[in-house]
Amino acid sequence: MLRLTTALALLAATPAFADEIWVTNEKDNTISVIDADTLEVTRTLETGERPRGITFSHDYSRVYICASDSDAVQVMDPVSGEILHDLPSGEDPEQFVLHPDDRRLYIANEDDAITTVVDTETRRVVAQIDVGIEPEGMAVSPDGKIVVTTSETTNMAHWIDTETETIFANTLVDSRPRHAEFVKDGAELWVSAEIGGTVTVFDTATQTEKARIRFAIKGVHEDLIQPVGFELTPDGKTAFVALGPANHVAVVNAETWEVEEYLLVGRRVWHMAFDGDHSRLFTTNGISGDVTVIDVARREAIKTVKVGRFPWGAAYRPTGG
Amino acid sequence: MRVIGLAAALSLTLGAAAASETKVRIGYIGVEQPAPPVLSNLDPVPDDRALAGARLGLADNQTTGKFMGQEWVLSETLVPEGGDALAAARAALAATRVLVLDAPAETLTAIADLPEAEGALLFNATAPDAALRDGACRANLFHTLPSDAMRADALAQFLVQRRWTDVALISGAHPRDHAFAEALKASIAKFRLTLTGEKEWVFDADMRRNASAEVPLFTQQLGEHDVLLVADEIGDFGRYVVYNTWLPRPVAGSEELVPQAWSPVVEQWGAAQLQSRFEDQAHRDMTPEDYAAWAAIRTLGEAVTRTGSDDIAVLRDYILSDAFELAGFKGRPLSFRPWNGQLRQPIPIVTDRAVVATAPLEGFFHQGNELDTLGRDAPETTCRAFQE
Repeated sequence: MLRLTTALALLAATPAFADEIWVTNEKDNTISVIDADTLEVTRTLETGERPRGITFSHDYSRVYICASDSDAVQVMDPVSGEILHDLPSGEDPEQFVLHPDDRRLYIANEDDAITTVVDTETRRVVAQIDVGIEPEGMAVSPDGKIVVTTSETTNMAHWIDTETETIFANTLVDSRPRHAEFVKDGAELWVSAEIGGTVTVFDTATQTEKARIRFAIKGVHEDLIQPVGFELTPDGKTAFVALGPANHVAVVNAETWEVEEYLLVGRRVWHMAFDGDHSRLFTTNGISGDVTVIDVARREAIKTVKVGRFPWGAAYRPTGG
Repeated sequence: MRVIGLAAALSLTLGAAAASETKVRIGYIGVEQPAPPVLSNLDPVPDDRALAGARLGLADNQTTGKFMGQEWVLSETLVPEGGDALAAARAALAATRVLVLDAPAETLTAIADLPEAEGALLFNATAPDAALRDGACRANLFHTLPSDAMRADALAQFLVQRRWTDVALISGAHPRDHAFAEALKASIAKFRLTLTGEKEWVFDADMRRNASAEVPLFTQQLGEHDVLLVADEIGDFGRYVVYNTWLPRPVAGSEELVPQAWSPVVEQWGAAQLQSRFEDQAHRDMTPEDYAAWAAIRTLGEAVTRTGSDDIAVLRDYILSDAFELAGFKGRPLSFRPWNGQLRQPIPIVTDRAVVATAPLEGFFHQGNELDTLGRDAPETTCRAFQE
């Protein structure tokens, strides 16, 4: 994932001190900032209404927040916690992705079946692209040439050429796609389908399906296994997939597509973020209103951190330097 | 037989401008039914009930269809009271093999039995009658509205979970009230609750003025119970029972705590998006009938997209198969019961202000699909038409 690779590059240059995990609380209109070492909430910051997607600029000087019910993307100074300004975002922005040019923000407008492209410097809308119903998942290829929007009710991944800002391919996925990521240096696109209960792996070059990952947990009805957010380790070998109301995170071998383990976390696990050295993974648990901290090497939940109501997105911020 | 966009759909990759164009026409027939008189004027029945849901389903299919080379058309026919519903159905079936119907049970079976309807796909979006899913079922008639039995079972599961096991029942005199009361009594037996007393609502006075005087005495004779069930499906008297009972007891059934296919208070699982799309389009709240009509048209959208076909036999097979699943904003994939064509679905149990629970509730197990703990299950069904 883009922000992680960037984070790694940055870490290599400047060793981190007390890094942070930022979590948006959808039903509290706040962000909980978790100290990645002490695993305590150190700050709670006010945002607009219904904050969901969250991502940092490449130098971490700004944080972008989808304030869905305020119909705005907010730009915050992560040091002071102050909102600097709003970006025009189209209606009901849910999730977004920052282009490798560190300028263009691709925003899914859930209520409008549109992907909006905003220039974060001029603060202008550059393009609006018609996509399927309830766009949500947003991904950008590491070379910046392709952006993918997934639409929840249309059940498709829409492949957008970022030079022309037009769709060049549409691929069907299982019901209710939620999250998309380019992985393995952009060679593959992964898309989770919440109601379908699968993750589809596409070959980026041909936009054809390579594999479909399925999940089964003993004692949990298959209908309740609903994949949403996921992250891969930087070596591209292991994936962690949040399974929503199944209250588990699946650990998937990203080369064989086999599920190796299921880790019990909080209720309705949604999105996740690694810390700087990828030793810990933080998952947002919407219904239990907390964050589970997973030890990546031991594949074990080590702590639960109470945050606000309905934590949704998570993003890593290095603070060292 | 016309097969549309098949090559494209099979490869699962479609260019921005899909090459092949498919036009899918759906007929909608709304048969106007006289609204029974009720005491209160508080709840007007919208003129476009069910129809507005069908229109939203069509808009959803169109948005998806434009990426798939599909064009969706809805032909709306409204039959006035006393009009010829069968003639309207014949005319519609001359133009399309797919109908979404808002009609009473006897009209539905009459339409399904038309020679022109043989091999067609009909969706019942508004009739909850048990018989349509049982002895009076038809192989070409699917049901997206839950049956009375599904709703009653949902409520019974909630009562069991709360351990409110002793229930009393008041039923209205309208045939719809009787049908729901029968469903409630069947659920009471199925989930081993106890019916402590039962009365029919007989008042012909205007309860807006004297409910506080009459209802306590009326309910005094119902014996000791944990919860009072009211079967008042036409919305006549139930509202005057609440807070006027002899014993301080919660009211459930058609009033106060109500099992519903859909309600404006449903907002989880992305439902808020469906609600707001509907409200933007129809400028009112989405009813269970709107939801059922929406689900019928989305079912067709899913089936055409996934099979790449508009052949009715192909679509019917797919819809009844294990592969079919509809994302219906209720937290689980929806599918059809192969024994009677009923859409499996969770049933929210709601007040005017919130979802109190959603059935199937935890602890009600089923060897196949937990959704089949609601309504007539395969071993009990008397529907044979789907086995042929």
